Amino acid sequence: MVDATTDSLAIRVRDLSLWYGDFQALFNIDLDVKKGIVTSLIGPSGCGKSTFLRSVNRITERLGYVRTEGQIKVLGENILADDVELIQVRKKIGMVFQRPNPLPLTVRENVLFAWRLVHGKGTKEQTDEIVEQSLQQVLLWDRIKDRLGDVATSLALEEQQKLCIARLLPVQPEVLLMDEPCSALDPAATAAVEELIWKLREQYTIMIVTHNMAQARRASDECVFMLMGKIIEHRPTDEMFLAPEHQETADYIEGRYG
Amino acid sequence: MKFSQTPLDQKNRRNEKLFRMLFMMMAVLLVLPVLAVLSVLIYKGGPALSWDFFITNPTQGMTAGGIWPALVGTMWLVAVALSVSVPLGVSAAIYLSEYAKDNWLTRVINLAIINLAGVPSIVHALFGLGAFVLFFGLGKSILAASLTLAVMTLPEIIVTSREAMQAVPRPFREASWSLGATRWQTIRHIVLPNSGSGILTGIILGVSRTVGETAPIMFTGAAFFLPYMPETVWDQTMAMSLHLFVVATQVPDAPEALPFGVALSLIAMVLTLNTLSIIFRTRLRRKKKW
Repeated sequence: MVDATTDSLAIRVRDLSLWYGDFQALFNIDLDVKKGIVTSLIGPSGCGKSTFLRSVNRITERLGYVRTEGQIKVLGENILADDVELIQVRKKIGMVFQRPNPLPLTVRENVLFAWRLVHGKGTKEQTDEIVEQSLQQVLLWDRIKDRLGDVATSLALEEQQKLCIARLLPVQPEVLLMDEPCSALDPAATAAVEELIWKLREQYTIMIVTHNMAQARRASDECVFMLMGKIIEHRPTDEMFLAPEHQETADYIEGRYG
Repeated sequence: MKFSQTPLDQKNRRNEKLFRMLFMMMAVLLVLPVLAVLSVLIYKGGPALSWDFFITNPTQGMTAGGIWPALVGTMWLVAVALSVSVPLGVSAAIYLSEYAKDNWLTRVINLAIINLAGVPSIVHALFGLGAFVLFFGLGKSILAASLTLAVMTLPEIIVTSREAMQAVPRPFREASWSLGATRWQTIRHIVLPNSGSGILTGIILGVSRTVGETAPIMFTGAAFFLPYMPETVWDQTMAMSLHLFVVATQVPDAPEALPFGVALSLIAMVLTLNTLSIIFRTRLRRKKKW
């Protein structure tokens, strides 16, 4: 396990278990995720890595039949506590999905959507600045600054996914969760999005689920290996890929099962 | 030859042609009654139509004159019925599509809607008479007749609106929720703008039905003949559909062109309303963003 002092932690999970109806998907997860780095979650299909990621901004519970026990502390506060406002959780902890899912609005309206839910319509100067800044941050501004009025779904997939990241930024999130953000993209677009993730890690704590070993290796500082709803290993990425501690980890990263 | 036609292939080809022809003929056949109805109406009712026909009162015991009060009356009925059924129906549809979980309450509501859609219009008429005219004491009035019509068109509006909203892909909602939007914010900014055209289709269907229905308004607010125009929703009114019934069956010495003229006007009214809505709908649909 990786050691860290409490205030350098973005996420601190203790004894987290999760059930879909009668099926237990997560078993007593303990995990510390440090601030300002990229942590990747790897593991075979169905190992619970996406479920775990989604439970960190409580998007799992919308299904209705999900039961969660334990603690997920984000920035020192347990987001599973009763007095937590879900809307605030979603703002501080942004989520990027597997398939780019821009809203059926213009590029500009997409970037401003979350911001406007908090601040209202805003003046032209305010919103122009937010749109430019956010798109600059995701390295998209120069490419689409003339197409801000276009429908977001008409952009290329790579641009759509970057836009989906950009629209999280105006409400100043602390943590970005990404659920296989590149799996719908071609290799060139994947490289571009990885580059972006790497750039954003200075400002945000990023947790990324990936099926792609090479991607975990290239684009993360620490790596968590999960199997059957449990965390098997959590170490700096280089170490894990060079000398995994557990046999299961070694087998998985060598591609003996997936 | 490896690829030459076998007898079985021949049979399959022949069947293919046969069924294609059959289905096409059925489709074409559908158009015929519409054309037939329209041409009979135009042939027999056309001579009765004139500008005066639309803007004058019936005269000489309804054997001459125009349809002005019935035309205005129908517009009253449609407008008042819509102002009740649209807000009610669309709200119910929003609840069913966006909020309702699959539990007994939802199932009861769905069952009620299906049953409401199956109630014959004459039963609606008696219900309207009992509930609105007598029980709520609205008397025979535009209000009572419109409420009856509204109840009758509600299922159509609810079902089509709900389907229009369900057609908005789920990932859009998830994206919106994940950005911290509440359900209502998601409905307002994402779901409604993208289902407007479908909801409007439901309203069109409702309007067409409202214009044509006779039974429900007969007992609740429509009159055979009135010497004055309705001024408030508490007045009785004449209506196109009932007027057609009256001049076709209750006025023995009406010239033949008169009922056909009324019928033609009624159909023209429905078609105009539908055309307007379709234009509006196409414009809304162009706003769709995916």
